[in-house]
Amino acid sequence: MRLESRESYSPFLSIVAPFAAIIFSLFCAFILLFIAGAPPLESFFHLLKGAFGSPNALAETGARATPLILTGLAAGIAFRAKFWNIGAEGQLYAGALAATFFGTGLIQLPQFLMIPFLFLVGGVAGALVILPLVILRQLYKVDEVVTTLLMNFIILLFVSYLLEGPMKDPMSLGWPQGSPVIDNGVLPQILERTRLHFGFLIAILAALSLWIVLSRTSFGFKIKAVGHNTSATFHAGIPVFRTVLIVACLSGAMAGFAGITETAGLKGYLTLDLSPGFGYTGIAVAMLAALNPIGIIFSALFLAMIYVGADSMSRAVNVPTYLADVVVAITVLSVLVSLILINYKIQIGKLRF
Amino acid sequence: MHTLLEVESISKKFGDLSANVNITFSVSEGEILAVLGENGAGKTTLMNIIFGHYLPDSGSIKFKGSHIPFGNTKESINLGIGMVHQHFTLAENLSVLENIAIGNQSLLGLSIDFKKIEKKIINISDEFGLSVDPHAIVSDLSIGEKQRIEIIKTLYGDCKLVILDEPTASLTPQEVDQLFLIIKSMVKAGLGVIIISHKLDEILRISDRIIVLRNGELTGSMEKTNFNKTILAEMIVGKKIVRPIKKEGRKKEKLINIRALNVSPNIGSPMGLSDINFELFGGEIHGIAGVSGNGQRTFAEFLAGHIWPDSGDIFVSGNHVNKFTPEEFMNLGIAYIPEDRNSDGVVGELSILENGILTETRNPMIANQFGFLNRKRSKDFVSEICERNDVRFQSLNQPARLLSGGNIQKLLIGRWLKRNPQIIVACQPTRGLDEGAIASVQSLLLTERDRGRAVLFITEDLDELLLVSDVVSVMFDGKLIGPYPSEELEKREIGLMMTGGDVL
Repeated sequence: MRLESRESYSPFLSIVAPFAAIIFSLFCAFILLFIAGAPPLESFFHLLKGAFGSPNALAETGARATPLILTGLAAGIAFRAKFWNIGAEGQLYAGALAATFFGTGLIQLPQFLMIPFLFLVGGVAGALVILPLVILRQLYKVDEVVTTLLMNFIILLFVSYLLEGPMKDPMSLGWPQGSPVIDNGVLPQILERTRLHFGFLIAILAALSLWIVLSRTSFGFKIKAVGHNTSATFHAGIPVFRTVLIVACLSGAMAGFAGITETAGLKGYLTLDLSPGFGYTGIAVAMLAALNPIGIIFSALFLAMIYVGADSMSRAVNVPTYLADVVVAITVLSVLVSLILINYKIQIGKLRF
Repeated sequence: MHTLLEVESISKKFGDLSANVNITFSVSEGEILAVLGENGAGKTTLMNIIFGHYLPDSGSIKFKGSHIPFGNTKESINLGIGMVHQHFTLAENLSVLENIAIGNQSLLGLSIDFKKIEKKIINISDEFGLSVDPHAIVSDLSIGEKQRIEIIKTLYGDCKLVILDEPTASLTPQEVDQLFLIIKSMVKAGLGVIIISHKLDEILRISDRIIVLRNGELTGSMEKTNFNKTILAEMIVGKKIVRPIKKEGRKKEKLINIRALNVSPNIGSPMGLSDINFELFGGEIHGIAGVSGNGQRTFAEFLAGHIWPDSGDIFVSGNHVNKFTPEEFMNLGIAYIPEDRNSDGVVGELSILENGILTETRNPMIANQFGFLNRKRSKDFVSEICERNDVRFQSLNQPARLLSGGNIQKLLIGRWLKRNPQIIVACQPTRGLDEGAIASVQSLLLTERDRGRAVLFITEDLDELLLVSDVVSVMFDGKLIGPYPSEELEKREIGLMMTGGDVL
């Protein structure tokens, strides 16, 4: 088997290939459902119904997509500069910690100031986590995949210690959870009596702003150039160190934002199960969208649909919810393969694609 | 003499590009055949087909009278075809003996009979005059010595036909002489040799027969008895090359003055610099020769602001420099054309347009005060670069990696010239380019010199060095020897200095 670089870029293929990949992965899910003993078509129906079938289902999908958009952006912007931030999970908890520290009574501000303030401290917290790691990488070539990943465990254990000790809510009847965020800091609901909150709009706003920065400004251009060829960019007089530093901090801030939306929006307080791996799923979201911020909105919604839909599918046809994880994994793998197809011709024996 | 290799009507396409069209030739035992042609003419593709790396679309190849299977490198080696690639494939941290053993041992073998291998190596080196120490570590060897090991590696497999891909590319004149002696002894022993090259003078000295490729087609062949340089040159290029003419230079004010510069070796530049004193004047091209790895690249990178010196003073246009960043040196009016244009020059995946403005992200014409890029002005900016420097492309939005080497170089130089630099540091700017592109890069540099700019010109090609430079220095082991006026120097003297010998 050989890969040959394509001479020209085909816009048709670049649109069709990811969709074909998604259809292929749904087909694989079909087989898995069949093996699990569930009627595949009916199961899909329940999945879609669970994700879109009612205002509440829609709201639930939106609420689930919110942190995924933000962690997806965290991965997306960093990966563009080839900074492999695998630590969005930890940065998310750092943001959530900041929300609990500042937002549960230490600072009292009116609502229109309190919410931006929480996002500010959450973003800064996420960025502060990543800052020493990016400096280590840029100065001493310490692999950021390792450091950002290990940092997740450090932060999670730290949060665990705080919730069992100094930050434990005295009113929680013994549960390890933080005090609730004060009323002025809570993100208002978008739809009455659902869990869809203001954070969803903020996530979309963040995606749009990043899209503009990446596609229209000289800073976005520098990120792209650094990501594709650091050396040539350096030779052209662009400050590579500074660019990567800012990218990494922005990435950490996005993950920190996700900590705010979950603490101040969805739950109202910090717990140890605040994130079921949003930081890691964010990587899948970003890959699925080929690191495009607008695409990240849609891929986050798509994954949220599968996760939310799989819950009700599992109740209706009695299959494990883990199927959602499997489908997501297959989708990401097939999309990655499809991206190779966009850039390379594949030759196996005499066959060519 | 028996015919060794018969190539018949070989054709190969890559996409729409015809790399080889209907090529037929043969090589006999004891014959040296030269394959001449510019970069991209299809020489390497053709050899890769013979050696089994690529599958041809049509045609056939016979070796010693029988057909060889395509796409089977192992079979080609077994039959006795050996190839010495332009870029060496040696494990730097192993000894010569170990390097040769790797290539010739079965992966599953439990032990290696080093004694036997060593004996055979010594036999081969005696027979062909390839002197090497089997126990030397490869990283300690010079380029010429590494090449000899590659040749031994090839001969070790009892080959009958040796293909040498650009064997003289980075050798000193003395090393070229030695290589040619080795080749002569190989054909004396009855081997067939194919040399791929674009250096006409050397080829005329050594080969028995020459074939010329252009744009994938065989455009001519010539026997030793009627070699004619002018005709061959035209066959290679397809048209007449206008060589740049060096006008009388006019030395102007001193633009760079370096006193007692010391740079210690580091990861990016393994060769340091010791006690460099250097002056560069406007209206002058200062050539620096040297075997690669002797510090020329470190020196160029220092002048581009990539390296902090350990000690020493540098003055640019009279100002004492104490901040060493690419940004700072760009602002001092220095343009740096890096040695490796593909990894340090262009961002291959980005478009020509984007590459054209890579140095201009702080230019208010291109990016406004809020940091937004002006697409229209960027486009005009890059179009002008391409027009003025004759960069040929299909669309400004095509990825830069699809451009030919010459067009990439012209784009890079043009991008720098737009900044109106006072000093140009050009590191091997013509390496790997075709004759036409070489001539235009050389004349671009000469034009800048005539406009009063200072040019530092680093090259390994001594013909080019003497053609273009006003004064020449030689870099050896991190030290700078010279400068000497270029008219007073002979190629051989420079060659000696490049290897540490004293001449003047």
